[in-house]
Amino acid sequence: MLVSPENLVYTKTPLMTDKPLSYCPGCGHGTVHRMIMEVVDEMGIQADTIGIAPVGCSVLAYEFMNIDMQQAAHGRAPALATGIKRCWPDKYVFTYQGDGDLAAIGTAETIHACNRGENIAIFFVNNGIYGMTGGQMAPTTLPGMRSSTTPYGRDVALMGNPLKITELVAMLPGTFYVSRHSVHTPLNVRKFKRAARMAFENQKLNKGVSFIEIVSNCNSGWKMSPVDANKWMEDNMFPFYPLGDIKVNGEMVSKPTKAE
Amino acid sequence: MAKIKGAIVIDIERCKGCEVCIVSCPTGVIRLEKKVNGKGYHFAYPALPDNCTGCANCAVVCPDGVITVYRKKVEE
Repeated sequence: MLVSPENLVYTKTPLMTDKPLSYCPGCGHGTVHRMIMEVVDEMGIQADTIGIAPVGCSVLAYEFMNIDMQQAAHGRAPALATGIKRCWPDKYVFTYQGDGDLAAIGTAETIHACNRGENIAIFFVNNGIYGMTGGQMAPTTLPGMRSSTTPYGRDVALMGNPLKITELVAMLPGTFYVSRHSVHTPLNVRKFKRAARMAFENQKLNKGVSFIEIVSNCNSGWKMSPVDANKWMEDNMFPFYPLGDIKVNGEMVSKPTKAE
Repeated sequence: MAKIKGAIVIDIERCKGCEVCIVSCPTGVIRLEKKVNGKGYHFAYPALPDNCTGCANCAVVCPDGVITVYRKKVEE
């Protein structure tokens, strides 16, 4: 009998609750949630992990992750994580934020938490727009990219340049590990999982912030099917946000690898 | 020669029919059903279950984690 417990290869980790995810079909949030929870499960640190949920689509992350979580005011997750980590230095603390949360309203908290070198992990999901509120332009929207507030494409002369916050925080002395990933193919998901493991392992070293950006799709906001959105992401997002490690063990690595 | 046989079980009520698993499957096992589930989504199903190798690519990439994978070595 093939379908029996002794032949089991892969199943949803018990650290994800059985609640159906509130995300749109094909959204990368679900995969990122599950991979973080798999890492927590593998390390056996469910009781010692505290997550900080953001404001945005993933505001309900505490409903889906079966660990202790706190929800922060918009953009203030790194500040809240700082407080929790300083009270409980032996706990594993991570924040989970979107681009509107981390790179727009929370820029000050992000940059100062990274500059102080708080011993936390930050997971930053970048889909280039404000997905939850209806696809408005975000700081990370690409030049020429259409959103509901830039229907003719982002005009750099009028609206300014997109913000590469990941490269920005990699320059700061407080960051220990900075990397950019995606979760649209099985290979990229497995790479992201290794990086997430590293982010949690780094917290034992007490060396600074581990910052992982996940370039993700927003097929509802981009008005595409999930598969087309992933293709569009490969063609347009990855040249601007190249995947790969930017800073490892506190040292800048020469050049981020090209998109795959 | 021993052969690897795989099988997937899809929780159709939680599947949202995003098709990401379909493009990730190296042997083209999965297709989208014409019927819909309780939420009104077309759901994925293993159309060619004999081709499944149990590589777990579909389950790893599934955003909603609805796929469970089994694998066994069978003697020919």
